Amino acid sequence: MTTDHVEVRSGVYADSVTLLQVSRQVQQVPGVATAQVAMATPLNVEVLERMGFALPAEATVNHLVVAVRLEDDASLEGARAEVERALADGRRQVRGDHEEAPPRTTSAALRHDPGALVLVSVPGPSAAVEAMDALESGSDVMVFSDNVPVEQEVALKQYAASRDLLVMGPDCGTAVVEGLGLGFANVVAPGPVGIVAASGTGCQQVLALLDHAGVGVGTAYGVGGRDLSADVGGLATRTALARLDADPSVEVALLISKPPADDVARDLTAYTESLGTPVRLALLGAGRPDLTAATEDLLHALGRDVPAWPVRGETRAATGHVLQGLFVGGTMKQEAELLVAAAGVEGRLVDFGDDEYTTGRAHPMIDPGLRLERLAEVVADEATGVVLMDVVLGHGAEEDPAASLAPAIRDVRPPVIVTVVGTAHDPQGLERQVDALAAAGAEVHLSNAMATRRALEILGGVR
Amino acid sequence: MTDHVVSVGVDLLAQAVADQAAPVSQVDWRPPLAGTEDDLATVALDPLRGAANADALERVLGVQAVLVDVLPAHEAVGLERGEFLHAGPPIAWDRASGPLRGALMGGAVLEGLVDTPEEAAELFEGGLHVRLEPCHHRRSVGPMAGVVTPSMWMFVLEDPATGARTHCTLNEGLGKVLRYGAYSPEVLTRLRWMGEVLGPLLQQVVRATVAQEAPVDVTAILGQMLQMGDEAHNRNRAGTLMLLRDLAPAMVSSGTDPAQVAEALRFIGGNDHFFLNLAMPACKLALDAGRDVPGSTMVVAMSRNGTDFGIQVSGTGDEWFTGPAQVADGLYLGDYGPDDANPDIGDSAITETAGLGGFAMATAPAIVRFVGGSVPDALATTRRMQEIALGENPRWSIPILEFAGVPTGIDVTRVCRTGILPQINTGMAGRRAGVGQVGAGLVNPPEEIFPKALTRLAALTRERAAATTPS
Repeated sequence: MTTDHVEVRSGVYADSVTLLQVSRQVQQVPGVATAQVAMATPLNVEVLERMGFALPAEATVNHLVVAVRLEDDASLEGARAEVERALADGRRQVRGDHEEAPPRTTSAALRHDPGALVLVSVPGPSAAVEAMDALESGSDVMVFSDNVPVEQEVALKQYAASRDLLVMGPDCGTAVVEGLGLGFANVVAPGPVGIVAASGTGCQQVLALLDHAGVGVGTAYGVGGRDLSADVGGLATRTALARLDADPSVEVALLISKPPADDVARDLTAYTESLGTPVRLALLGAGRPDLTAATEDLLHALGRDVPAWPVRGETRAATGHVLQGLFVGGTMKQEAELLVAAAGVEGRLVDFGDDEYTTGRAHPMIDPGLRLERLAEVVADEATGVVLMDVVLGHGAEEDPAASLAPAIRDVRPPVIVTVVGTAHDPQGLERQVDALAAAGAEVHLSNAMATRRALEILGGVR
Repeated sequence: MTDHVVSVGVDLLAQAVADQAAPVSQVDWRPPLAGTEDDLATVALDPLRGAANADALERVLGVQAVLVDVLPAHEAVGLERGEFLHAGPPIAWDRASGPLRGALMGGAVLEGLVDTPEEAAELFEGGLHVRLEPCHHRRSVGPMAGVVTPSMWMFVLEDPATGARTHCTLNEGLGKVLRYGAYSPEVLTRLRWMGEVLGPLLQQVVRATVAQEAPVDVTAILGQMLQMGDEAHNRNRAGTLMLLRDLAPAMVSSGTDPAQVAEALRFIGGNDHFFLNLAMPACKLALDAGRDVPGSTMVVAMSRNGTDFGIQVSGTGDEWFTGPAQVADGLYLGDYGPDDANPDIGDSAITETAGLGGFAMATAPAIVRFVGGSVPDALATTRRMQEIALGENPRWSIPILEFAGVPTGIDVTRVCRTGILPQINTGMAGRRAGVGQVGAGLVNPPEEIFPKALTRLAALTRERAAATTPS
């Protein structure tokens, strides 16, 4: 026993060749005995009637007839879906890439590449527009751009939260999504740790330390430095934690951030307790553990041994009394600042990645010029007791940072201590960078906290 | 492993993804039109925008335009003696260009308001007994000068689903014609014949097709003519012949003097642009359905009066955003040259607004040289218009682009973001009143009108946000 389903549509037109192909595709749907999709021309009407379909009188040459004979009624949905799909296929644009101009907006790019993860690094005032294109097309987005107003961040993240999408950023420097590094990202092996980080370089420090300890990271989401503020309320952090919680490869999740606003902290604690995956916190602030300590805590939780964090090279004794900190990583600077303040030492610490130094120029991880200029000034300054710096490796960062930094620190008067944040597989070559800097006279650390304590220790010798 | 990435912005970050052997496509991003960043962000984040645009586009795509009647303008749109419709945004005589003045002068003679075109000029300068109004304000569109007077016959198009109607005069042909600003005796003689013979005959014939429940489906003919090399603005040859095919039987059996029927058939068949005056109101009928959707950034009219180029946008009501009309770039008839051409004029850019004309250039390779281009240019033009369109029209498809639908629904925000201006195919009128057509070519709107519209959209967005935020 079969049933006929006949539908007459107005306002649709396709040529007969396309419709023959559509008909053939619908005929192949399981449960479909036969099918004909055609414009109701006299010829086609005759064909349909010969097949035994009863056509409504209103069908004219400008109507599309979908006639399907079903072996069981349950197949109707499948047959209909196939009609839509085949009609859409018939209209699809198949074009050679070489003859096409590249897309001019994110939405145009996603039309050709639906579902892609979107990486936005246009100037801040235009970033929300491109990010919104991504979200409207159903894509997650990483906003590398800085100088995005907070109300735009809130609007983007509210929209994303209502659609279960993730906005990483704005000002998100680092992410590793299922093994793919985005922005400034170190090359890490897959492993049991999942990270949600409000800080790019904080995340990179932890990736580097975990790599040295032999522990991999499958995914590290960035959420941007303001996500856990009262304004934004942790909207992206929740979505990111939920993603990690749903990922069976994640045994422990680590949240790296400044201490959140009080209300946000309360809500977040309740939220993390509702998850099946344990969430450990690395909240960088006065009186709290530094990132190295937080990483050690994470290793304990995983039942892993804590290795000795590597140190290379030897430095000179200090003569001045000021700790000069020249950083490219905001969190590296912040971590050092907390330790310097606690030690009661005079420190002058600068983050060259801060908005005031990057408006209209590249990030210091790409363009070291500004920091090298300042370095020349501080080493000439009699007051300088020790110079503390960071070098961040990984995708996106400059190809060979030691090539310009090593000559700049060779034979300078004050001692120089450098943290090289990188993993063994980073494209710049961790060993090569460390060797070059150590050979130029620097003491080179993997842990920024250790490097800072060492700088304080050297200064202590002259005080 | 995330399998693909779209990168917009810094090349180096796209390169870093490619270095990891992941497929990455790079957006050719460029800064938006000057000073639009804040307004673009405001409108992009307007919670109404996405759904509003989807709604507006769906309404436009849902309209079917059927030819239901032919009526004199005083019946069709209530035009009274002394009232004149014209193309484009509102304008008064003192700023009107040569071709618009010429058409108004000819129209005044046609209506018997004055005896000579010279007297007509005085009549309009005085301004006491005449009133000018845009066609768009009376649910109408007019090609070139677009002048409509009460006695002129108009096509009446209707969407059967809603009963909404639009109107357009009957096309006079090319060369020395009123719509190009010519008003010589031959022009007026032709218009009188159209009023006395062609109009009444078409009324009888169209009413017969309606009585037979087989009215001319203009939307369907547009779909077919696009597959026959017409883009429905500068080429309407296939559409005109299909119209003749649909109307000829009723004309022959109308009982009208066969000599007059033959003259009418010859006139329509000999005027490749006859169908333009059906394509235009069909486009307007579709776009009118997309009007007045709060938050929508879709352009619902592009129109020129020979002095100003104006657009109207769905989310901003009836407000016109105007700037100086440009002179087209193209080919000239005979001895005419760029100095003879008037700036852009006519409501016919309604075709581009609906995805036809320049937007459908890829389907009309036969005319690309006439408007000064090559076949690859034509394909590139349609693809470029996809960048600024909200979507495509599945029933108006282009075979050579694998049956992609024409790019439909110009998005003010995408124009401001990309700086890509709508591409319009157009005829060129002589600068001086009375000359007529001097050429045809390609033209764009003045860039500034899109940021103007965007500013208004952003202001409305902020007003809505302020109204819903508890203080």
